[in-house]
Amino acid sequence: MAIDTSRAETGYVHPSAAALKRRRIRLGDTLFRLALQFCLFVAFAFLASLIIYVLIAGWNRLDLRLVTNMPSGLASRADESGLQSALTGTLWVITLTALMCLPTGIAAAIYLEEYADNTRWYNRFLELNIQNLAGVPSIVFGILGLGIIARVFGLGFTIITAAIVLSLLVLPVVIIATREALRAVPPSIRLGSYALGATKWQTVRRQVLPAATSGTATGAILALSRAIGEAAPLILLGAVTFVRFNPEGISSRYTVLPIAIFNLIKSPQAELQELASAGIVLLLIILLLMNSIAIVIRNRAGKIR
Amino acid sequence: MSETTTIAPPDLDRRSGVKITARQEQSTPASDRNGGVDPIIELQDVDIYYGSYRAVRGVSIPIERREITAMIGPSGCGKSTLLRSLNRMNDLIIGARVTGRITFHGQDLYEAGVDPIEVRRRIGMVFQQPNPFPKSIYDNISYGPKVTGMKVSNMDDLVEEALTGAALWGEVKDKLKTSALALSGGQQQRLCIARTIAVKPEVILMDEPCSALDPIATAKIEDLMAQLTKQYTIVIVTHNMQQAARVSDKTAFLTAEVDKDGQRHGVLIEFDDTNKIFSAPSNELTEAYISGRFG
Amino acid sequence: MSVTELGSRAPAPQPMRLGRRGNRAGERGVEVLLFIAATVGVLTTVGIIIALVFPTIDFFGDVSIVEFLTGDSWTPLFADKEYGVLPLLVATLVVTAIATLIAVPLGLGAAIYLAEYARPKVRSALKPMLEVLAGIPTVVYGFFALVAIGPLIRDYWPGGDKPSFQNLLIASIAMGIMIVPTVASLAEDAMTAVPRSLRQGAFALASSRMQVATRVVFPAALSGIVAAIVLGISRAIGETMIVTIAGGLISDRVLFNPIEGSATMTAFIASAGQGDLPLGTVEYKSIFAVGALLFIITFALNIVSFRLVRRFREVYE
Repeated sequence: MAIDTSRAETGYVHPSAAALKRRRIRLGDTLFRLALQFCLFVAFAFLASLIIYVLIAGWNRLDLRLVTNMPSGLASRADESGLQSALTGTLWVITLTALMCLPTGIAAAIYLEEYADNTRWYNRFLELNIQNLAGVPSIVFGILGLGIIARVFGLGFTIITAAIVLSLLVLPVVIIATREALRAVPPSIRLGSYALGATKWQTVRRQVLPAATSGTATGAILALSRAIGEAAPLILLGAVTFVRFNPEGISSRYTVLPIAIFNLIKSPQAELQELASAGIVLLLIILLLMNSIAIVIRNRAGKIR
Repeated sequence: MSETTTIAPPDLDRRSGVKITARQEQSTPASDRNGGVDPIIELQDVDIYYGSYRAVRGVSIPIERREITAMIGPSGCGKSTLLRSLNRMNDLIIGARVTGRITFHGQDLYEAGVDPIEVRRRIGMVFQQPNPFPKSIYDNISYGPKVTGMKVSNMDDLVEEALTGAALWGEVKDKLKTSALALSGGQQQRLCIARTIAVKPEVILMDEPCSALDPIATAKIEDLMAQLTKQYTIVIVTHNMQQAARVSDKTAFLTAEVDKDGQRHGVLIEFDDTNKIFSAPSNELTEAYISGRFG
Repeated sequence: MSVTELGSRAPAPQPMRLGRRGNRAGERGVEVLLFIAATVGVLTTVGIIIALVFPTIDFFGDVSIVEFLTGDSWTPLFADKEYGVLPLLVATLVVTAIATLIAVPLGLGAAIYLAEYARPKVRSALKPMLEVLAGIPTVVYGFFALVAIGPLIRDYWPGGDKPSFQNLLIASIAMGIMIVPTVASLAEDAMTAVPRSLRQGAFALASSRMQVATRVVFPAALSGIVAAIVLGISRAIGETMIVTIAGGLISDRVLFNPIEGSATMTAFIASAGQGDLPLGTVEYKSIFAVGALLFIITFALNIVSFRLVRRFREVYE
C-alpha cells in the first residue's frame, strides 16, 4: 500500500519493476499444457466410454441369472444362459494360482533382496532372468503349458495345468513388487535386530516381512488380478471348450470368465453378445474390487509411516 | 603372570577358566602397558579393510570391564567402523574384514567357529538414529529374548526390568501395547537401550547415541549410562568431546592419517584415562583436537 | 537401584561359548529353500525354450526355413497348406506400428503432464486411473474394438472401400490405448528420476515450464523414455486377444492395408491352438515355429529395453 501511494505521488515506475507485472501470455506454453491434458483425456475417455458401453449393452442381463445359470447350448434358450461354470472355474484357477505363485514369488523375492550376493554371477543371472520373463508374451506361456505341462507332465487340459501356467506367468509381477516392498524397509530395522543377536531368518521373518506386508499384499493382489483377466495362454490349454458344469477338482476340465466372454463374442446371436457385455461387467467388477482393496491397503500403509 | 588367573570371574566354570588363563597370558603385555585391571575386550594391532581399502590401521586398546570407554575423533577417522568390528556388525558389509586380534574374555572374536550371532547377543549395540521396530513397546523388548532363545519364566517381568533399567518404565508402563514409533526420539533411544539390556549382554556398544537427540534427552541418556556401568561395560563413539569428558572413564582419540599413496586410514593417536586425555594429553594432535583447533 | 536388581538376576556370564549354540541347520535350510524358489523363474525360461525348440526343429524338417521366411502365404489349416510366415509378420508389424503411433504421443504426453505439471493431489488421483486402464483384460479391449470402434469407423469412413468387420485398424486403436499406461508409467518414472537440481537450474534461467519439460527433463530422461517405448512395442507384438477378436484371421496373402482383416503371429497361434490339431502334424508344429519367432523378437526388444534402462540408471542413480 505504502509503495503504491508513493508511486502515485512521484508517478514514476522503474522499467524493470513494470516488466515484472507485464503478464505475457505464452501461447505455446498454454497450448502445450492443453495438449498434455488432452492425452490423458483421450485415455480416460476411452476408459469411460468402454465402461458405459458394456453397462448399456449388458444391462438386460445384469441379474442373478448371470451367476446362477449355466451356459446354454440351445439357441432358443440363449436368454436363460448364464456364466456360472466360468465364474466357478475362475475361482478355482485363481485360488490355486494364489497358493502356488504367492509363496514361490515371495520366497524368491526374499532370496534376491535379502540373501543374494550380487557379486556372484548366478545371482545376477537369476535377476536378469526374472526381468526378461516379465516381458515374455502371455501366449508363449500357453505354449509352455501345451508342450510341457499338459503333454510331457501329462497333466492334460485341467484346472491344475491352467493354474501352474498362470502362476508362472504372474510370478515376475509378485517377485518385482515384493522386492520393492522389502527394499522400502529401512536398513536400521535389520541392524537393530542383528545387534540383539537375531539370526538372518529371524530378522527377515519377524521384522522385515511384517514391515513389508502392505507392499507385498498390494503386489499380490495386482498379480492375481492380472491372472484373472488373462485369456491368451488358456486358449491353448483347453479352456475354450463348452463347459456346462462346475469344476469338481483340480483335474477337472474347466473354463474361465475371460475365455467364456471370448466364446460369446464369437457367437452371432444378439442375446449372446448381450451376455458377453454382462460377463465383462462382472469381470470388471471383480477386478475393480481387487484394485480398490490394493489401493486401500496402500493408503493405510502410507498413513502409518 | 600367574596373577592373571585371578582375572577370571569367579562364576566361570573351570574348563573355560583355564582357557581364559591361556589366552590372557598372550595378551598380558598389552594390558600391562595400559595399566589395565580387568579388560573384557582387547584390540591388538587391529586393521579393518573394506575390500582393498584399509579404513583403520594398527589400533590396540584394552576395554575395561564395567567402565565407559569413549572413542573420539574427527569424522572419517574410522571410530564407528572400529566400534562395529567389536560385535561383528561389519560382517554384514560385503568385503569388510578385520586383521589383528580382537578378543573377548581372551577369545578371538574372528577365529573360525565363532558365531557372530552369539557375539552380538553378548555384545549389544545402540545406534545413532533410534531404530525401534515398528511394533509395540512390549514387543520391542520381548523380541531379543525370544529370538535368542533365552529361557524366560515371565516375559512381563523381564520387560519391566529392562524398561526400568533404561529409566523408561515410569513413562511407558501404561502404554506397553502401543506402537514404539509414537514415542519421542529420546524415549525411542532409551527403548533401544532397554531392548539391548533385555538380552543381558555383557557389553553395550553405542554409536553416537545422542547425536539425534535434544539436550534434555541427551542428559537422560548420559545419566542412564552412568547407572548402567554398575552392570555393563560400555563403549561409546561420540563426536561430542564434552560428552566423552562427562561420561567416560577411558578415552581413545583417533584421527585420519593420509599415507604416501593418498589413502586415508583411521589411526589411534592416544588412549588413556579420560581425565588425563582432557587435562594433560601427551600428544599434540590430541591437544589440538580437544581444544577445538581441528576436527 | 533397579539396575543392580536387574544385574543380580542376570545369568552367570559364559564368555567362552561363542560358538554356535545348537546347530543352525534351519537357517541354512531356509536359505536353500528360498534359493530354490528363486530358480523357478530360470526353470520356466528353460521350459519355454525346450517347449519351443524341439517342435520347431521338427517343423523345419518338414518345411524349409527359406520357405518359412520368404513365402507369402500361410495356410496350415487349409487343404492346400503353405508355410510362408510373411503374412503373419507383416500383419504384426502393421498393428504394432499403428498402435505405437497412437500410444507414444498419448503415453508421453500423459507422462510429461504427470511428472512436470500435475500437482501431487491431481497426480495421486490420475495414477490409479491409469492403473485401472492397465488392468482391463485384453479380451475386453478386443470386444470393444470389434463392437464399438468398428461400427463407428465404418459409419464415418470417408473412402469407398469400407473397412471389413474385423480389421487391423480397429485392433491397432484398441492396442494403442492398451499400451498407453505401460509407456506412460515407465516414461514418468524416468522423468521423475531426473534430479531436481537440473530443473531448478533451468527455472533459474527464466525457462518456462514447457521449456524445462521439453528441453531439460525430456532429453535427460531420453534413454528411459526410449526404453518405455521399446517395452510398449514388445507388448504390442506379444498381445494376443485384441488381434484374435478384432484383427481378422486371413493369412493367405500379405496385406499392408490396415482396413482389411489379417492374422498376426499371436492371432494365428491362438486360433490354431484352440482347435484340436492332431499331435505331431506339421500344422500342429507350426504353432511352435511361430511361437519361437515371436519369442525371439520380443526377447530381443526386451534386452534392448533393459540396456537402455541400465544406461539411464548409471547416469542418475
